[in-house]
Amino acid sequence: MTEKRLEYPFEKEKLKDLKAGDSVLITGTIYTARDEAHRRIVEMIRRGEELPFEIKDAIIYYAGPAPAKPGQVIGPVGPTTSYRMDPYAPVLLDLGLSGMIGKGPRSREVKDAVVRNGAVYFAAIGGAAALIARSVVSAETIAFEDLGAEAVRRLQVKDFPATVVIDPEGNDQYYLGRNEYLNKKRE
Amino acid sequence: MREVHVNQITEAVAKLSVETNLFLREDVCRRIAQCREEEDWPVAGEILGKIEDNIRIAREEFVPMCQDTGMACVFLEVGQDVHLTGGSLEDAVNEGVRKGYTEGYLRKAVVADPIRRGNTGDNTPAHIHTEIVPGDRVKVIVAPKGFGSENMSRIRMFPPSAGAEGVKDFIVRCVDEAGANPCPPVVVGVGIGGTFDRAALMAKQALLVPLEEPHPDEYYAAMEEELLERINELGIGPQGLGGRTTALAVKIKTFPTHMAGMPVAVNINCHVSRHGEVIL
Repeated sequence: MTEKRLEYPFEKEKLKDLKAGDSVLITGTIYTARDEAHRRIVEMIRRGEELPFEIKDAIIYYAGPAPAKPGQVIGPVGPTTSYRMDPYAPVLLDLGLSGMIGKGPRSREVKDAVVRNGAVYFAAIGGAAALIARSVVSAETIAFEDLGAEAVRRLQVKDFPATVVIDPEGNDQYYLGRNEYLNKKRE
Repeated sequence: MREVHVNQITEAVAKLSVETNLFLREDVCRRIAQCREEEDWPVAGEILGKIEDNIRIAREEFVPMCQDTGMACVFLEVGQDVHLTGGSLEDAVNEGVRKGYTEGYLRKAVVADPIRRGNTGDNTPAHIHTEIVPGDRVKVIVAPKGFGSENMSRIRMFPPSAGAEGVKDFIVRCVDEAGANPCPPVVVGVGIGGTFDRAALMAKQALLVPLEEPHPDEYYAAMEEELLERINELGIGPQGLGGRTTALAVKIKTFPTHMAGMPVAVNINCHVSRHGEVIL
């Protein structure tokens, strides 16, 4: 399968050609944030406070790594299940967030916000955390250190492997991939 | 009476916490390889190949396969002729979790309060289930459980009239509704019968059965096979992107129940299906 490349900065313009089902190698700066970090960020937005990183054109990776061993950049870092971030994602998408990386289906509200903003939802392979960690070049905790694994980290990644699940037109690969397989079986 | 010092239990729990997270059980490795060979959908085959790469990398680099190194579920079978010495059994288990998760660079995922949250910092407490059994040995089983799959688990109190079909439909529907969330291919643990809590416990214990070991009762062995076939016809596939391999196995445990009821619990595990045991 041919892989598309997506390189920092992640302006919306670069996302236009991505289609549901595409394999993509992502290179550049991305940010980890999951459950509690999302709750806090959305709270900070409501209060008008300065955020730990610029949301516009950013890619957020739903992940909380295992601790790094001495000499390692980061511990294993696979995606966590995305639906738990569904209540928060539309707010961030409307602020210009370009992409989210996670696993599992999203709500109607998130899909609508993806399409409305020309963003992309990617999936990484859940459970393949040691493999994925190899694509992380550097990692730095930038907010909510008290949350441990849930803290926000700035990652530099090189050829981070992901699949486009929801593209800017709203096509959903969880639906399309499964149907394509089942239709083929029925032939 | 044979004496076993609780420090031995601490050491066993610590060692198993690390080993189970770094090295995938051979039966699960064999089953993933078999599914990859039988997979007829290219995308699915590629993903299974990457899952196997990940298992190999973790083994070579001595790192956990998945960043979710789980909540430690510890099952103890304590022989009734054993005298445990040196302190509290519960403290000894939790000390083992603390030691294993800290020294082994495993992720600390446990929060102190389900609603008010707050990470405990050392992955304690463990979920401990203890049984008293005949003999003078202590069996220690550690099963780290990730919550991507745990969150997709379900329980339902069926009326007896629902019959085998009602039970089977419920199990298949659980996996269908879980979709891509629990990191398929999954292992499906099922508990049928007993009480509300017993069904849930059996569903989790079913995940401890070797994948290649069918249910001893032919009726349920056939049901396991039928359910696996039906689940693998759903088309969800590895990671939910389509394909045959949605589940690696379905494992059932049963217990007598009340004439008015038929509890069914489904506990889903991801492809990083972990447990290990030692006998002291």
